[in-house]
Amino acid sequence: MHRVLGDRKAVLILLGPALLVYSLIMLVPMVWSLGYSFTKGNTIQGFTGNGLGNFHRLFTDPAVREALWFTAKYAVVVTLGQVVAGYLLALLYVFFLKKASALVRTLVFFPVVLPTVAVGLLFQKFFQVAPQTGPVNSLLNAVGIGSIDWFGSAGHAFWVLIIMDIWRSMGFYAVLLFAGLVDIPEEVLESARLDGASGLRLVRHIVLPMSFPVLLSSLIFSINGTLKAFDSIVALTNGGPGNATTPLTLYMFQTSFTYGDYGYGSTIALLLTVVCLLVTLVVFRVSRRDLTKG
Amino acid sequence: MAIDTPLKTAGAPSGGGRVPASSAAPRPPRHRRIGRLWVKIVVALLLAIEIYPLIWMFLTSLKSNNDYLNHSTWSLPTHWEWSNYGEAWTTGNIGLYIQNSLLAVLPALALILLLGTAAGFALQIMVWKGRSLTLLIFLAGMMVPSQMILLPLFTVYFQAGLSGTLWPLILTYTGTGLPLTVFMMATYYKTVPRELFEAATIDGASILRAFWTISVPMVRNAILTVGLVQFFFIWNDLLIALTFTNNQDLRTIQVGLLNFTGDFGATQYGPLFAAICINVFGTLVIYLFLNQKVMKGLTSGAVKG
Repeated sequence: MHRVLGDRKAVLILLGPALLVYSLIMLVPMVWSLGYSFTKGNTIQGFTGNGLGNFHRLFTDPAVREALWFTAKYAVVVTLGQVVAGYLLALLYVFFLKKASALVRTLVFFPVVLPTVAVGLLFQKFFQVAPQTGPVNSLLNAVGIGSIDWFGSAGHAFWVLIIMDIWRSMGFYAVLLFAGLVDIPEEVLESARLDGASGLRLVRHIVLPMSFPVLLSSLIFSINGTLKAFDSIVALTNGGPGNATTPLTLYMFQTSFTYGDYGYGSTIALLLTVVCLLVTLVVFRVSRRDLTKG
Repeated sequence: MAIDTPLKTAGAPSGGGRVPASSAAPRPPRHRRIGRLWVKIVVALLLAIEIYPLIWMFLTSLKSNNDYLNHSTWSLPTHWEWSNYGEAWTTGNIGLYIQNSLLAVLPALALILLLGTAAGFALQIMVWKGRSLTLLIFLAGMMVPSQMILLPLFTVYFQAGLSGTLWPLILTYTGTGLPLTVFMMATYYKTVPRELFEAATIDGASILRAFWTISVPMVRNAILTVGLVQFFFIWNDLLIALTFTNNQDLRTIQVGLLNFTGDFGATQYGPLFAAICINVFGTLVIYLFLNQKVMKGLTSGAVKG
């Protein structure tokens, strides 16, 4: 029946090039990188075997522990911030702005497409204390609070990063979740209202459970992105002060290209990959259990 | 305290204002009017937070160094220094960087769309054993961080003598862009009935011909959407560009902007802000005309990924 659609030669011609490029650029290097984890050295100086040395170093390296901790902290806070801010915005769009929300949605979405480097530099200047007092510190001064050196301490720099990433992406999650909320049938909301549910109770008992699937996919998408965050951190703090805002992604980059240690860099990349896969797996399992429960 | 303040400026207008508003909405009209006012305030604050930094950036890009350093950050430029843009473009090399970006992004984009559409067709419309497994293999590529492929690629490009060219960028962007593109195109092809191609091939057209003349025009819109999504991903990329452009003349706009301050000797704030603006307003123009498509494309990529 599907004689023409099963034409093997045609499949090969259509799929072959994509599969070939994908394999050569992604699959082969992944395996290759795994091999690098057992070596020492770099492309220019050559590689020598290092056995399990890199893995031993990985487990004892305090910088890895700090980077892993920062990655986790950053991913959890940004993911929660993005999804919660996005959800509140989506509720605003659906229940308060209704038909008038299109313009607001479009405007709030805009920072999503901005180059991360540009946003990073913009926020650096927006929060700076010298040579010019930036708008944020000027605002603080205006209400009688002294300027804060936002990039001088680990805690402050962390929060500027968080604010920037939520600013940048809340419009994205708002639109994503908005699509989920619009799908809730009006009759369901109406009958809940007739039963006396309103405001927060309506949200908690009707809206939240019914938008759970899209909330979940936002969560997965967000955590996957934040674990891999690199551009925004490099542009805003470049890992500083010291290495206080250095995630695994940046530590891997510095190890490989600043210190020329490809072997150890590959080992850190492997750790990052394992973390990403594990987290996705855990989120999937936890969510499935919750779904069957209620 | 110190930590609380910035949080309030960013999050509170949306969080703090909405709770009373949401409980006020379904109540009688008198309360509703108060609720409406809250909504207006919340929306105004929200827009101010999202838009003001961009306006501030634009105004600052028109200030002279002296103006920037010695006047309040809120002030308008005392003299509108449009020459900052010229300076960013030439002395700041932004013109060259944009050219490099275009030379790397456009070929990669064309390859991604061509290969991705063909692969999506082969995986969704064609019928053969192992196609769902192949799709899964493509999917796996979306989970793995780019850090996992950078070092071997660097070795290969170096040994192949490609290091001084833009080829490493074109090839890497194509490879990393394919998984999402293949997946999205396969999804779009679900809406195209297979029978169409069976009928066409009965009339004597080969399946390859049917792919090109029948299916591609049918998913034209999808190709544009996916193209936009990939354009933003590649254009805004820093990690891959930073890895493979060790030569200053090969820098893309993002790498160039990151190193912008260095090229002037002393920091020239006006041109720096002008350079950021040039980078931002490029995407603004695309967004101005195609915002609905961009929003749809980017969010559908997320749901499926």
